[in-house]
Amino acid sequence: MTSVPPSAPEPRPEKMRVESLRAYFGDALALKGISMSVPERCVTAIIGPSGCGKSTFIRCLNRMHEVTPGARAEGAVFLDGKNILGDDVDPVDVRRRVGMVFQKPNPFPTMSIRENVLAGLTLNGIRPPDPARLVEESLRQAALWDEVKDSLDRTGTSLSGGQQQRLCIARCLALEPEVILMDEPCSALDPIATARIEELIHELRERFAILIVTHSMQQAARVSDFTAFFYMGELVEHGTADVIFTKPTSSRTEDYITGRFG
Amino acid sequence: MSPFVRKKVIDRAVTVACVLATLVALVPLVSVLAYVTAQGAAGLSATFFTGLPKPVGEPGGGMANAIVGSLVVVGIACAIGIPLGVAAGVYVSELGGGRFAKLVRFAADVLGGVPSIVVGIFVYALVVVRTKHFSAWAGGLALAVIMLPTIVRTTEELLRLVPASLREAALALGVPRWKTTIFVVLRTAAPGIATGVMLAVARVAGETAPLLFTAFNNRFWAESLGDPTATLPVQIFTYSVSPYDDWQRQAWAGALTLVVLVLVLNLVAKIVIQRRVRSR
Ligand SMILES: Nc1ncnc2c1ncn2[C@@H]1O[C@H](COP(=O)(O)OP(=O)(O)OP(=O)(O)O)[C@@H](O)[C@H]1O
Ligand SMILES: [Mg+2]
Repeated sequence: MTSVPPSAPEPRPEKMRVESLRAYFGDALALKGISMSVPERCVTAIIGPSGCGKSTFIRCLNRMHEVTPGARAEGAVFLDGKNILGDDVDPVDVRRRVGMVFQKPNPFPTMSIRENVLAGLTLNGIRPPDPARLVEESLRQAALWDEVKDSLDRTGTSLSGGQQQRLCIARCLALEPEVILMDEPCSALDPIATARIEELIHELRERFAILIVTHSMQQAARVSDFTAFFYMGELVEHGTADVIFTKPTSSRTEDYITGRFG
Repeated sequence: MSPFVRKKVIDRAVTVACVLATLVALVPLVSVLAYVTAQGAAGLSATFFTGLPKPVGEPGGGMANAIVGSLVVVGIACAIGIPLGVAAGVYVSELGGGRFAKLVRFAADVLGGVPSIVVGIFVYALVVVRTKHFSAWAGGLALAVIMLPTIVRTTEELLRLVPASLREAALALGVPRWKTTIFVVLRTAAPGIATGVMLAVARVAGETAPLLFTAFNNRFWAESLGDPTATLPVQIFTYSVSPYDDWQRQAWAGALTLVVLVLVLNLVAKIVIQRRVRSR
């Protein structure tokens, strides 16, 4: 757990590519032209001081940014080569392919655990062929099954914070997304729950492209293959995790990861 | 006195003051209920619930038509007022951030301050004069207009209490906005909205003035929703200002019936909502 994961041994195909992405809140520019690529089956960690635009960045990747009143994005975000910021793209389709886990666990309080897992489908009027199996599989993948298998009818909000977060991950996985975005998924969790989620990320990495925002350098070092350092709405440095954490090229990055500011 | 003891004394004093205030507030409630029950029980009988009013001078008779009439008129009011009010509340809170939403909110507030008798006159001019008939429809419409502002504002306020994180959770799952609004936001707020709606219904069930010019009154069964219709409040009003003892007794019985009816409606709604929430 403490060692730096091996950087991607062979170059992985590109899942998403971001080109000169600029994001606005009204007139305020929160992202000042970000370009980077997100490889398939890898974990990319986003680090940087508070307010530098990490959340804004990943919210642009599933078009959640525009949900905020007055917010808009310019530039291009390619998912499998197609620009998802284009006018011809329905954000609803993007969000089904690019799942998101939020900082604060947000299960639906009116729904049971089971209903929460299936929510992405049922709310869209889709009846899964075998709901019981989908629930079990999703909860297993989220490492929650053993804890809740006997109480699937309890409300989702009756779980502990860490369990709720894993429930939200299961809910996200049930939709079979291609990319998973995580915005500080462990910031409200204790070390044990955090460790479980990190293990989980390690397993999910085999199948998905994962982007994770984190304030913990240790966490970024533990879970990520690639790390991107953001500062004041700009991408300062992006590379394999071991390079960023051992010999960063920018002095800003070095200052940040060694805790000299931010 | 040590600071600790002082704190304890203050704590005690505040608690006692609160309990006293609560008791004082309960006095009118309890005495109204007790008085209505005491006065009304005497007039209750089987014929009170099954019979029609008797002509002046003949004793006996009942308020069956007024009881049913009240249910019908309030039912019409609910059928019109609840869907419209909830929809407007959803619009104001979820969809309209702009000027029009502000206007709707303002209109709801103004309407909430309009005396109910004015609403009655308005519906009289709009419906009764045109159709040349007092009717259950007109009565129901007047009551719907009266309950509308309460429902709009309750819905709006309760929807605002639903955390934004739930909306985002649904949207991030690829759920379209309108489905998110109905199946996540509205559903989460449903128990609270239902309580607010029940309060609005209970309030209009006792409205008298607006019904005087709309549903009017009827000594017989109304043959259709287009006919003048007897209602409990109007019947209570008519009987209580009459000089006849028997009618006054019946007015009290009617008042008791109205109170019980509203209470039962409230209880049933509460139980139904509780069940639905707990079954999840
Ligand atoms: N809803 C909003 N309206 C206006 N400005 C916003 C809004 N949300 C964020 N911003 C601004 O955009 C910038 C980037 O914010 P963002 O939330 O992306 O930062 P972050 O890197 O995720 O920070 P943190 O680590 O604290 O979560 C900040 O300067 C912030 O003030
Ligand atoms: Mg953030």
